[in-house]
Amino acid sequence: MPYGLLSPGVLWLALFFLLPLAFLLRMSLSTRENRYTGETTFDWNWDNYTGAFSDYGEQFLRAFGYAGAATVLCILIGYPMAYFIARYGGAWRNRLLGLVILPFFTSFLIRTLAWQNILADEGPVVSFLRATPFFAEDYQLLNTPAAVIGGLTYNFLPFMILPIYVSLEKIDLRLLDAAGDLYATPSGGFRRVVLPLSLPGVFAGTLLTFIPASGDFVNAALLGNPNTTMIGTVVQDQFLVQLNYPVAAALAFVLMLIITAAVLIYARFLGTEGLTV
Amino acid sequence: MNGRRSWGRIALTVYALLGFVYLFVPIAFIIAFSFNDPEGRFNLVWQGFTLDNWLNPFAEEELTDAMLYSLRIAALSTVAATVLGSLIAIAISRYDFRGKAGIDLLLVLPLTTPEIVLGASLANIFLDIGFNRGTSTIWIAHVMFSVSFVALTVKARIRGFDWNLEDAAADLGAGPWRTFRLVTFPLILPGIIAAGLLSFALSLDDFIITFFTAGSQNTFPLQVWGGSRNGTPPQINVLASLVLVVSVAIIGLGSVWQRIRLRSGHQV
Repeated sequence: MPYGLLSPGVLWLALFFLLPLAFLLRMSLSTRENRYTGETTFDWNWDNYTGAFSDYGEQFLRAFGYAGAATVLCILIGYPMAYFIARYGGAWRNRLLGLVILPFFTSFLIRTLAWQNILADEGPVVSFLRATPFFAEDYQLLNTPAAVIGGLTYNFLPFMILPIYVSLEKIDLRLLDAAGDLYATPSGGFRRVVLPLSLPGVFAGTLLTFIPASGDFVNAALLGNPNTTMIGTVVQDQFLVQLNYPVAAALAFVLMLIITAAVLIYARFLGTEGLTV
Repeated sequence: MNGRRSWGRIALTVYALLGFVYLFVPIAFIIAFSFNDPEGRFNLVWQGFTLDNWLNPFAEEELTDAMLYSLRIAALSTVAATVLGSLIAIAISRYDFRGKAGIDLLLVLPLTTPEIVLGASLANIFLDIGFNRGTSTIWIAHVMFSVSFVALTVKARIRGFDWNLEDAAADLGAGPWRTFRLVTFPLILPGIIAAGLLSFALSLDDFIITFFTAGSQNTFPLQVWGGSRNGTPPQINVLASLVLVVSVAIIGLGSVWQRIRLRSGHQV
């Protein structure tokens, strides 16, 4: 009986998730024969992988650097918000969570375009900063790495807030009273009781933020400049513009392997409970 | 000590409020710029207030077509993904069987794989077997990434469901189909609806995977992407604001409906 219920969905994932990955692996070991048609032959060509690091190491570093910075910012902004909703939200909890999700009913691309409006040279933020004595007359925000990291942070913030909230909500807050009765200071009680119990949520949120952010190319394209391209930009360009499928495939695989390795290492430190919430 | 605690609480409240402001600043800009009267092709700088865009929300034909196309694809993929994903969720919650851990892993993997990898792998296999990219390939891709979301959402929502109810129904003479239709299905329906809405929203907004699997016809996000290079008509902002308003209305009606049901004695 369970196999009958499972088989249609599992078959779909096998055919359209696992099988394409196998084809992609094969493509990553092929050689391009024709640069105009993109024709390839499979010949165990490992050069695509060695070239991945020597030619695109910079874009890999930027992708992980920007995604890492955005993830840290998401924790710094998102954790206190999730804590506030869980601790003091009261009857308003669900409405506050709704407010966290609401902005994301507008399209991802349009939200990023809105950041162009906000950060543009004629926009309010830059005009204000230029008027203060701390910033130069020609200070810019749009088309800088800061704008790309800011865009990534904004776009993935709810994916940090929601899992942290879920893990905080499960904590019995009387534990804090107990800690207080045992002469823990409020901050000590938080650090030793609440924080450790909420780490699975931070772990899940980190995955949901870091993984999509490291493969993204939209924020780099709309908010950055040619020197802020990430590895996603390269994969997209190699595949859809240059028709260099083997190189694009190898880059995609390297990206996936690095992320998998990072997730496994990270999981050793924080546990994996949060993964399957 | 009490004083310190309340100062901490005030600081946290202010911080959280600023966080909410941050979340809504771009939304305010999207709505504000839907009333802009831009001079060039790009709706980037505020020029002046106009109602023209809202009076002619569908004036940009390509944009409107793209929106209708996106809605159609979202509807088609939601139906398929909700059925496939819910069946998986029922199977894992209801039964113990060999290979369960493997299924759990298979469901999580698409979520921990960057979209660019999923998109490139699908485009690659379609090219390889000579399958033309178009509506059907977008649909295949959207169903693929939605199945996992649906299965995990429904699974989380039916955790704690008392499967003995099915045995009780059987004891009272109901066949398996009747039991499912009259007992199981109504009880797990809220979870399935929530998962369906999620999958609809994911499909409507997906850009990266669609970018790789689309043919010549643009979905709404693809059209906006093209616009970010060639010109962004303010109608983009009008349609985005409309989607937001409709979503809020659906959620609002949903909660009102739930409250009415609760008041009239239906416990869900």
